Amino acid sequence: MGSDGSIASQFFKRTIHNRQAHMSESDQSLLMMEGIGKAFPGVQALEDVSLTLRKGEILCLVGENGAGKSTLMKVLTGVDQPDSGKIIFDGREIQPKSPLEAQELGISTVYQEINLCTNLSVAENILLGREPHKAGRIDWAKTNALASATLHNLLGVDIDVTKPLGSYTVAIQQMVAIARALYVASAKILILDEPTSSLDEHETDQLFKVMKKLKNQGVGIIFITHFIGQVYEVSDRITVLRNGKLVGTYETAAISRVGLISKMIGRNLAEFDEMTKTKLESGKHIKSEALLQARGYGLTDAIQPLDLDLHAGEVVGFAGLLGSGRTETASILFGVDKPDTGSISINGKEVHDHSPLNSIKRGIALCPEDRKAAGIVDDLTVRENIVLAIQASKGWLKYMSLPEQYEIAEKYIELLNIATPSADQPVKNLSGGNQQKVILARWLATNPQVLILDEPTRGIDVGTKAEIQKLVLSLAEEGKACVFISSELEEVLRTSHRIVVLRERQKVAEFAGDVEESTIIHAIAGSEA
Amino acid sequence: MKKIFNRTFAWRQVTENTLFFPIVALSLILLFDFIFIPGFFSIENRDGNLHGSLIDIFRNGSTVMLLAIGMTLVIATGGVDLSVGATMAIAASVAGILMNPSALKNEVFFVTDPNYTFQPLWLVIVSALLVAILCGMWNGVLVAYMRIQPMVATLILMISGRGIAQLITNGLRVQITYRPYSFIGQGWIVLPFSLYIVAAVFAISWLLTRKTAIGMFIESVGTNFRSSFFSGIDEKKIKLLVYTFCGLCAGIAGLVASSNIKTSDANNIGLTTELDAILAVVIGGTAMKGGRFSLLASMVGALVMQAITQSMYAIGVPAFALQAIKAVVVILVILLYSEQVRTFVRGISASKKVV
Repeated sequence: MGSDGSIASQFFKRTIHNRQAHMSESDQSLLMMEGIGKAFPGVQALEDVSLTLRKGEILCLVGENGAGKSTLMKVLTGVDQPDSGKIIFDGREIQPKSPLEAQELGISTVYQEINLCTNLSVAENILLGREPHKAGRIDWAKTNALASATLHNLLGVDIDVTKPLGSYTVAIQQMVAIARALYVASAKILILDEPTSSLDEHETDQLFKVMKKLKNQGVGIIFITHFIGQVYEVSDRITVLRNGKLVGTYETAAISRVGLISKMIGRNLAEFDEMTKTKLESGKHIKSEALLQARGYGLTDAIQPLDLDLHAGEVVGFAGLLGSGRTETASILFGVDKPDTGSISINGKEVHDHSPLNSIKRGIALCPEDRKAAGIVDDLTVRENIVLAIQASKGWLKYMSLPEQYEIAEKYIELLNIATPSADQPVKNLSGGNQQKVILARWLATNPQVLILDEPTRGIDVGTKAEIQKLVLSLAEEGKACVFISSELEEVLRTSHRIVVLRERQKVAEFAGDVEESTIIHAIAGSEA
Repeated sequence: MKKIFNRTFAWRQVTENTLFFPIVALSLILLFDFIFIPGFFSIENRDGNLHGSLIDIFRNGSTVMLLAIGMTLVIATGGVDLSVGATMAIAASVAGILMNPSALKNEVFFVTDPNYTFQPLWLVIVSALLVAILCGMWNGVLVAYMRIQPMVATLILMISGRGIAQLITNGLRVQITYRPYSFIGQGWIVLPFSLYIVAAVFAISWLLTRKTAIGMFIESVGTNFRSSFFSGIDEKKIKLLVYTFCGLCAGIAGLVASSNIKTSDANNIGLTTELDAILAVVIGGTAMKGGRFSLLASMVGALVMQAITQSMYAIGVPAFALQAIKAVVVILVILLYSEQVRTFVRGISASKKVV
């Protein structure tokens, strides 16, 4: 504790040592995670996933939502304990039980939301708890000098460390967080969890410079992002996860963008035939009149104006990467967010007072992407969750009698095969897949004409996924118009009669009928076929 | 074997019930009274009206019970209303000044005629309650439409409310001697009249929340307002409604309180009662984060609060020490209520099964 200057010098000694090690044994891995498995109630989050990180490299971890990236990192940093598999770090097996323990071992994480104190100075943030003392009091001159030297030497950043952290940009704050991770924990592995999502281009460049500098010092960096461009800009290798499974690890130079995206969104031709048959059969019933018609419909900073028609008996798939504007489109179609341009007609009549309640009354339903935050009401029972939307559309006075409520609830519990001990079970006690079915039941109970399903199969097991896909097709057959949004292209292809491709908050293409998967991947990636 | 299983199953159902812990708490306090205070349970019949310490608990607890009804619904939406005490004072001031406007002429006028009132009683009551409803709506607008944190939003009226009440009465305490008004808080028809008011408000609230969809909407908004919005529930309207209703309850409580002391005292009516009401709701088992609520359990919670006060007075704890003693008892009650203790109790019941 006494001579704090020595920590920094120790760090340099170590990094020099690392660099030499890096040169001589460049293949030696710093971290090996082998056969990691982790299950949460109702969902296998990780299944036999392996990952290696070499000294002095930047490894990108990519995959769509629910692929298992964050769970894998939680296992590595001790937030969650794996059910199976082992972690070998620096040549010996470790089993971190808490983030603090992982940090002490030399594995530090910098999160998207910065967990530092913005009202304290930069120097205090870096050295908090380790300030050099003089005569029992903090030696501020030394503290500031040390902090400034750390920032300069490690990251090449020169700023006034006495100013409060909050007075700097998010990018600088992130670097301070990195500096703290390196200084306090002398991290050998640095995990950057979506650090660039709130940064602008210039700030991102600044961060990348720092990452490259650290890489040259021998630090292993795991970089999580969903911006494909950045993956190619900064990484050495890429590990792709999908549905909790490892797809593979690739040298960045050896894989094309299109190749990477198709690995992320996946394809699997098995089971395809049966679904295709059903799809063709149901495709015969598509009506020509549009149930819902949007023209130049858009919202600034969310989705650029687009035209969209939804016909009875048709499933329209939205394909695109995370952040491409899929969810935003669903939100304005349902009336969660108010558009600032364009018009929308339902059943041929233009409507202006679009809101969730009015949409429900007009026969539109949205099964939202974020099940926990916008879907289930976890303290309420299965019955109450199922009747919620239909009761809301009836108003508070026309309260459905309990027998009526049980009848509806029990009908859908049976129809959708919801595994619950009774209709009176609080919905929070159900597994993810069954919660999803409860929300589906809520919307089906309103008997909608237009059903928008945003990631209805995320985080649920394969069997339930197939059930839901079949359900969507059979609903279309009954004459409903469905929108099917999914991160898995395979699934969109399998269930949709027509596919709308979104990229960078814009509708870029629309394909009807049989379409090659590669055509869609090219449209998503924005490159020529 | 089968019998034992059935019995433990029933026991578990009993402990899971929201009313279980509030009733246990109340029973413990009453047990204490039974042992240490002679005559606590005796009930006298005076001219056909019932009197006694138990009746007093109900009578003196009526204001907190009224507040607890409104507060339960507000807390169930995930909010809190700190201004109910101040709203009581405002309603009392409006009532007082309408019956005895002498304060407006800057004179303290001691009315001695119990039949004198400046305005008819119905107008007095309706005006006071309308003003209380306005107070509640003000809170509701701030919380639901201006998106201000409930604690901050209602703090505004909590602080300024007593000032407003004083403005209404020109800074003076208004004597109220009109006998029909006094009946609200002091009258008896076998039981204290205020209890009938509580019963009526409770019955109306229960019907409104449990026989219409409002109760479900409130619980849904309190548990997850975003999901509720997606399901077509107008969460803003629901919040506006519960704060307005809470204001109305506070107004009724203000009438009862001022009738009880025959004065509209802007500085003291309902002072710190907001805290009693919140505690009553918490003891009743409604979580501060919102969601599930039970009006009946909140009523029992309010009685627990009043029983503590009453018992402390009865064993001779001086008024100035009361708050401290009350705090200790409240801590004990809340501890009894915590998840850890509940698990412990369940553990005991489970071990009984083995024996």
